[in-house]
Amino acid sequence: MSERVKREPTKLVPVPSTNIIPERDVDKTPILECRHLGIDFGGLTAVNDFNMAIGRTEIAGLIGPNGAGKTTVFNLLTKVYQPTRGTILLGGVDTHSMSTVQVNKAGIARTFQNIRLFANLSVEDNVKLGLHNHIGYGMWTGIFRLPSYWREERIAHERAMELLSIFDMEGLADVKAGSLPYGAQRRLEIVRALATNPSLLLLDEPAAGMNPSETAELMDNIVKIRDTFQIAVLLIEHDMSLVMGICEGICVLNFGQIIAKGTPDEIKNNPEVIKAYLGSRKEG
Amino acid sequence: MKKTLKLSKTSKGNFATYGMVILAYAILQFLGSNAVREGGLLSPTLRGQLVPICAYVVMALSLNLTVGILGELSLGHAGFMSVGAFSGTIAAIALQNTIPAGGPRLLIAMVIGAAFATVAGILIGIPVLRLNGDYLAIVTLAFGEIIKSLITNLYVGKDANGLHFSFITNNMRLGEGGQMLLNGPMGINGINKISTFTAGFVLILIALFVIFNLVNSRSGRAIMALRDNRIAAESVGIPVTKYKMMAFVTSAALAGSAGALFALGQNSLISTKFDFNTSILVLVFVVLGGLGRMWGSIIAAAALTILPEALRQFSDYRMLVYAIVLILVMLATNNPTLKGFFAKLFRKPEEVETGKGGEGK
Repeated sequence: MSERVKREPTKLVPVPSTNIIPERDVDKTPILECRHLGIDFGGLTAVNDFNMAIGRTEIAGLIGPNGAGKTTVFNLLTKVYQPTRGTILLGGVDTHSMSTVQVNKAGIARTFQNIRLFANLSVEDNVKLGLHNHIGYGMWTGIFRLPSYWREERIAHERAMELLSIFDMEGLADVKAGSLPYGAQRRLEIVRALATNPSLLLLDEPAAGMNPSETAELMDNIVKIRDTFQIAVLLIEHDMSLVMGICEGICVLNFGQIIAKGTPDEIKNNPEVIKAYLGSRKEG
Repeated sequence: MKKTLKLSKTSKGNFATYGMVILAYAILQFLGSNAVREGGLLSPTLRGQLVPICAYVVMALSLNLTVGILGELSLGHAGFMSVGAFSGTIAAIALQNTIPAGGPRLLIAMVIGAAFATVAGILIGIPVLRLNGDYLAIVTLAFGEIIKSLITNLYVGKDANGLHFSFITNNMRLGEGGQMLLNGPMGINGINKISTFTAGFVLILIALFVIFNLVNSRSGRAIMALRDNRIAAESVGIPVTKYKMMAFVTSAALAGSAGALFALGQNSLISTKFDFNTSILVLVFVVLGGLGRMWGSIIAAAALTILPEALRQFSDYRMLVYAIVLILVMLATNNPTLKGFFAKLFRKPEEVETGKGGEGK
């Protein structure tokens, strides 16, 4: 782990439903609370009895071996799949019966494990699509180029540039998203997700395919995003330097079941986690 | 100043397309003018083809919105043309005494054609746009056939009391001075040709204006986002059905007005004219011109509408030569060496891209 990413450990405190969140967020409703969440595909139980809470400004991690159900949890949270049982509370509001689009409007934005950009559109248009629900003109205004078209497009352009500047990507605004290098595509996905103005950002393996220095930079940026936008982040990641470096609360999943929850130090030394996932040679 | 700077890249291509259409119109108008006509520069056959060419260009443009921009394969586009053609023509004939002037009547016919096609587009869109890919293609194909059979069995008459409709059998008793407008399988006969090349030219410009401005707006971005990645589009809060519907219905409305333009340039009209072959023909224009490339659709539609006439000298082998030409053009336009050569020649940003707009789903 590089020097620049060493951070003060956060104290986690329990909330009523046996979940833990950072001490500083404890007087606010957790942004996300899952209660006994589960989904079956036919006879196969992919996720079962998943309980988790995330504080308003927490960076949380979800780790576990391949096929443990991590991405399935993301798909449940964003309603790509409807849960078979259990409840998801987003800022205290039940998301039952919401669609993917409604969940996004309610405040969850995500990135994808296998990058899903709008590959034939420019980088700027990709970000503007994230801003879609914050641009206020309709079809006819667009066709007839009424004054509000020019006004709204100018605001969207400025906002898009501002968001791209988080990752120093303003210079790439006119490039086709599909022709960006891999790392830049991952960063663009994060910018696009941020553009929807979420209160919870889900990152699915944000550091996949990045080299150690890119990963270190990404860690700083995730923390910067949390600090600037005051949002919560939940990330899936296999890179333990990233998870142990920036996550405050970590949840370990194995065969669809949570096997451990706690601070990075607790997780690192949990014998069950070491057996199921980390392996005996300790990392970090 | 900032506006022009920001939009310059796409705008340049769009203005070039407008320019190309206006230039083609000016040249054809000049060649068709009385002074030159004596010299026989524009053959009577070609002059008769001008209105159908305009109609097919608008058809290709509108289908390109569904196939190239939205990325959904529609095999029933002729169905919307048919709805527009028959509703527009019936309106034009019914209004013959009220509005004797051809121009305004054509305008009303095209608006009515577009309106009826819009309704058809919404009706078919509600169930169909929940489907994806092959399923959508098959259902639109069925829709085209349904429209054809419906119109084949529809009778419309007019007398002093107004319009009369009957279905399957003609059992209407028209009053004194009554007139059959649509005679089932016999279609509509004795149409007063009011479509002009100028009207067709204006309709092409309108279609280009609507499509270009729609594509370069918030709604157009959302439509293209659905094409590139539906799951990602949903994840950033873009309602899928709404924007699919928007593209599909806009496309249907333009096809409806093209149908009205086409029909009012013919002497007679039967519903079998707008069958599966016509849908495929328009799809060929779109694929040949390049998915998402509007100027390509215009050139392909114009060239392939003229081609069968130009090949008359081959008499019996006409369609064989037509097919061979199609295959050769397809091979040529997909040849990387040639493509690179043309890209260098014109230095247009769209041409460097390989025209694979719709493949990113």
